[in-house]
Amino acid sequence: MKQFLFVMRRPPHEGIGVRESLDLLMTVAAFDQPVRLLFLDDGVFQLKSGQNPECLGAKPIVPLFSALEVYGIEELWVEEESLAQRGLRPESLILPTRGIKRGEVAGLVASADVVVAC
Amino acid sequence: MKFAIQINSAPWAGEGCDTAYQFIRAALGLGHEIVRVFFYYEGAYHGMRRMSPPEDELPALRRWSELAAGQGIDLVVCISAAQRRGLLDQTEDGRAVKLEEEVAEGFRIAGLGLWVEACLKADRFLAFGG
Repeated sequence: MKQFLFVMRRPPHEGIGVRESLDLLMTVAAFDQPVRLLFLDDGVFQLKSGQNPECLGAKPIVPLFSALEVYGIEELWVEEESLAQRGLRPESLILPTRGIKRGEVAGLVASADVVVAC
Repeated sequence: MKFAIQINSAPWAGEGCDTAYQFIRAALGLGHEIVRVFFYYEGAYHGMRRMSPPEDELPALRRWSELAAGQGIDLVVCISAAQRRGLLDQTEDGRAVKLEEEVAEGFRIAGLGLWVEACLKADRFLAFGG
């Protein structure tokens, strides 16, 4: 059993990278390994409510994040400073998240056996 | 120590795959074990048999096959990443056909389960390129 941590730092709708990262994440969960997800920097926009990518002909990403609970992935961490710097609040996000301060991020990363940047 | 390696960039993009290759050579030289090299994201462009770059760029592609042959390293290209990029011939029902004919010597095509398995077996997981 290993603790996996996926760190999302990129904004949504920037190619297919996030979809492929979520495929990795769901495969880990399918192997019954504990998974945490951390949103940093522009990655916090992934969970922003009110996204309307259909007007660009893009596929919505939000349903994929909403499905994480089905896979038993419930630990979604959001760095509070990243949110605040972008004028967002926890209520701006589509899912309930756990806030973490910048100074605590290193500890969260250190507590994982496998860290995946995506 | 056992290492699981993931390569995320295309063979022609940046130095991520060069660094990975040099790391693997150095690790093997020091007696470490490489559990698997998993090619994902744009890394799926590695090992495609039909790539035909100019002759003087070929060594960078061939060296992976040589590594597999010489050291018995397991080189795995992710099937879903390859399919997304149109790298595999497909039947009408969408299934990839004749996978072994698509990849260069020493590579194989398989699913994400092998990536997880490599992470679980290894002491360290390292990703290169992007």
